[in-house]
Amino acid sequence: MPQRSNIWANIDWITVGLFLVLVFMGWLNIYAAVYDAEHQSILDASQRYGKQLIWIGAAIGLAIIIMIVETNFYVFFSYIIYAVTIFLLFLVLFVGKEINGARSWFAIGSIGIQPSELAKFATALALARYMSAFDFNLRKIKSLATMALIIFLPAVFILLQNDTGSALVYFSFVLVLFREGLSGLFLFLGTLVAILFVLALILSNLTLIIVLLAAAFLMYLVLNPKFNQFLRTVLILAAGIGIAYIVNLLSGLELDLASVVMAGSVIGAVVVLIYSIQKRFTNYIIVSLFFIGAVLFTISVDYGFNNVLEAHQQVRINELLGIESNPYGSGYHVKQSKIAIGSGGMWGKGYLNGTQTKYNFVPEQDTDFIFCTVGEEWGFAGTFTVIALFLTLFVRLVWLAERQRSVFSRIYGYSVAVILFFHFAVNVGMTIGVMPVIGIPLPFFSYGGSSLWSFTILLFIFIRLDASRLENFRDSRNA
Amino acid sequence: MNNYTKRSFVIVAIFVLVALVFIVKLFRLQVVDPTYKQYATNNVLREVVQYPGRGLIYDRNGELLVFNRTAYDLLITPREVKQFDTTLFCNLLDITREELEAGIQKAKDYSRYKPSILVKQISPEKYAILQEQLYKFEGFHSQTRTLREYSTTAAAHALGYVGEVAQNDIDKDPYYQRGDYIGVNGIEKTYETQLRGTKGVKKNLVDVHNRIQGSYREGKEDVPAQIGKNITTTLDLDLQLYAEKLFANKKGAMVAIEPSTGEVLAMLSAPLYDPRLLVGRVRGENYAKLAADTLKPLFNRSLQAKYPPGSTFKTINALIGLEEHVINEHTRFTCNGPGSYPITCTHDHVSPANVVDGIRESCNPFMWNTFKAIIGKYSTPSEGFNVWRKYVQSFGIGKILSSDFSNTLKGDLPTEELYNRVYRGHWNALTIRSLAIGQGELGATPLQMANVAAVIANRGYYYEPHIVKAVENDTVRSSIKVKNSVEIEEQYFEPIIEGMNESTVKPWVQYFIPNIQYCGKTGTIENNQGIEHGAFVAFAPRENPDIALFVYVENSKWGSSYAAPIASLLIEKYLTDSIATKRLSIEELMINSNLLDPNKIVVADATAE
Repeated sequence: MPQRSNIWANIDWITVGLFLVLVFMGWLNIYAAVYDAEHQSILDASQRYGKQLIWIGAAIGLAIIIMIVETNFYVFFSYIIYAVTIFLLFLVLFVGKEINGARSWFAIGSIGIQPSELAKFATALALARYMSAFDFNLRKIKSLATMALIIFLPAVFILLQNDTGSALVYFSFVLVLFREGLSGLFLFLGTLVAILFVLALILSNLTLIIVLLAAAFLMYLVLNPKFNQFLRTVLILAAGIGIAYIVNLLSGLELDLASVVMAGSVIGAVVVLIYSIQKRFTNYIIVSLFFIGAVLFTISVDYGFNNVLEAHQQVRINELLGIESNPYGSGYHVKQSKIAIGSGGMWGKGYLNGTQTKYNFVPEQDTDFIFCTVGEEWGFAGTFTVIALFLTLFVRLVWLAERQRSVFSRIYGYSVAVILFFHFAVNVGMTIGVMPVIGIPLPFFSYGGSSLWSFTILLFIFIRLDASRLENFRDSRNA
Repeated sequence: MNNYTKRSFVIVAIFVLVALVFIVKLFRLQVVDPTYKQYATNNVLREVVQYPGRGLIYDRNGELLVFNRTAYDLLITPREVKQFDTTLFCNLLDITREELEAGIQKAKDYSRYKPSILVKQISPEKYAILQEQLYKFEGFHSQTRTLREYSTTAAAHALGYVGEVAQNDIDKDPYYQRGDYIGVNGIEKTYETQLRGTKGVKKNLVDVHNRIQGSYREGKEDVPAQIGKNITTTLDLDLQLYAEKLFANKKGAMVAIEPSTGEVLAMLSAPLYDPRLLVGRVRGENYAKLAADTLKPLFNRSLQAKYPPGSTFKTINALIGLEEHVINEHTRFTCNGPGSYPITCTHDHVSPANVVDGIRESCNPFMWNTFKAIIGKYSTPSEGFNVWRKYVQSFGIGKILSSDFSNTLKGDLPTEELYNRVYRGHWNALTIRSLAIGQGELGATPLQMANVAAVIANRGYYYEPHIVKAVENDTVRSSIKVKNSVEIEEQYFEPIIEGMNESTVKPWVQYFIPNIQYCGKTGTIENNQGIEHGAFVAFAPRENPDIALFVYVENSKWGSSYAAPIASLLIEKYLTDSIATKRLSIEELMINSNLLDPNKIVVADATAE
């Protein structure tokens, strides 16, 4: 067994320091956001900053306990922790308390516990355990499927709780998988899907299909510069569109032009695909598949956007994309948030002097919009510092993860980094209007015991793992 | 698995990229783009106009005439209005649901984001109750205003009233904003800039619910309202009230001047109205009622009525004759009484009459002969007329006497051109003989005729008649100190004054005042539409006069029947502060006489708040 003293000596104090600095800065800003002249005592437990102080104390206590616990505990119990969490996620759907339309809280007396917060590190542990197993192979369908199940099972439960923001966090694991060898194509496709999603909403269907057709022709031409074959392809697609047009005319379906072109070109592309498969023109197969996939995706985005997303989610996305603008309606959050941050200037208005903050112009300012307080009272200097601190933490975590000898620790470390990063990117992006309004907290900053503890546990398990990275514990796939 | 180590750089690159995008975006938002700072200021800044109280108005003895009371306006900011209990709201404000809905619609039409007044001038009593409940009504707030309050009902016309600014007031002077008050008439209008003070502004910080959180920059940018300057008028409240009492149920006007200064001691226009009718929420309704009244109580006869002066004008004619040397103290003209030609005389009297007799007896033939001589002295009637006209004008007839009065008129003083036009160039003294007895084309305002009395009282000069004695911390224009002389030598006034005095000393006339030697001249003005109008021009005492006045009572038959007795009572009251016991019956008669056509609408049922 390793010596206790070794563990304390091997702790990465830089990460611990970053954690403490961020938590402290977070508390200062919560104080500012909640501050009013009547309640000035920082220990006033009736005020949120007073409560946050208690939760910070508890979080530090938790961190110490995590450090004391044997590393093996996390490895051994990872599945059990995961299973318990999934059970809690299931249970909360029935006995949970509904807050802001999301049924995600267990109310135990006056304290609320959010199982979706626990699910983050539980999933990270389970994923690390599964992916570090002997027989894990990213190229095996069974491994991939199990891995996907581990990741998306909690996400689905959280989605059922109506907490879309927290569910989206699980997409961040794609970066972990990428590090562990998932094809870059997934990342590329993911990006492509995102771009297509935005285009599908911004552009009219007709414009979009023309753009897609142009992209497809360009790719056909570039990937196989044989002109005859290209011409044949173009003709097939044109014929498809022509047939669709005539059918539309004769049948009296009265589809609009965009739908006709889409249907016709997809029919044409299918013909090209079959033809290419027969002739084994690999490039043409890929392009045809891309084209068909893109068109179908576009249609499903439109359908999904209009029929699956709820009205407020549609509005938030529309506002982000500039399709819809109503500064006094639902864009109010973002507008006021931008005003708060934008009015901070270079050096800010001074601590406790933010007018947007003090007079409650920004909703949810101590929780999801805490970054506004930083922007308004500390200015660009403050926001730059906070972003720099977070970036340092993320890079440090990646660096720490890379130095792990155990795959389990490395995967867990990456999970911590990308989960924190996802929260950071979405939260800060939301406050400055480059992301839609998705209610997820800024790690260590936002008010709330559940999220603070969850991030603390998430981070400190990794610090604990890192502290004993030199120990030869039970993991035969040591790097 | 180490073959994927390099992918850590891709992941770090993603982290750095996102951080960079944020930093660039934040730099633009916070450092480059200034608009958000402006937005933030607009968010929290609410400028609240501080309305100053209007200056107070006093009489010449320091009696308070006009002061202020507090009222509250309820404002609405349509965007901030949430669902509220309209029944409670309407009950608190004593308005109907329809009025409320109309008001809200009007406010919305004006602006959804800017506050506009929903209910004006709520009394402090009502406001006290409303204020306790106001928290229930989001989007509503109040502002404090001051309204005029009057210590008595006196001098409504002279004081004027205050109303809301009209669009053209706002266009003319950017000081005014929608909903501000402005003096519309009288002293309130003439001295608007002094009385109104200066609006201030208080910059408040408000929170997201528009609740005031404190002052902006500790009030460094606040501008306090400066209250209006107080004004001391020349009016004598006791005299004014007494005059108004005497004018009860009569039509006409009265102006009394202190000859040695030109200060207006009292002035009225009858029928009177209660100035309190034109204050507050009842103003609009009452104004409409007063404006519709056929007796025209809003018409300020003392400044705007162009009354033919009638026989009171004979004093001027005689003075011009003396100055022009066409007559002298000893000149006598024959009077055949009612059989005289071309102008008959009202009664038989001593004949031939000299100038003192002519004034005392109001002899028409004497005045005609004098007038004819003045015109005839010159080679053409035009030349003679213009000489005559210039004298008349020097008495203040046919010109604006003072800038102290709003809406005052010049009166009618005919010109050569008028006669040339009317008579196609063929006219002479005979044609225009009515002027000799103060009728015809001549029209003078009561203020002008009171000034004529002052000129005679002063034996040849007047000071600009004015109504404001002093403005607090300010100077009054110097023109009121300028002596305006008529070009008639002092000596010629004596016979006129003697004649005027003799007409008042007959103990049997109602306007005889025991123990006071004073001078007066009656006038009876023909009226084609009905009973003649009576006028009286007078000053008292005969030597070193303290008061000069003109009284005009419409449809009062003779100058001696109402105008002169009323004037005599005013003189007696002003000089002795009492009325002799044996004249109390005259006083009572004057007060109780109703000379209004009973078929005409009287001020009706207008009520003060």
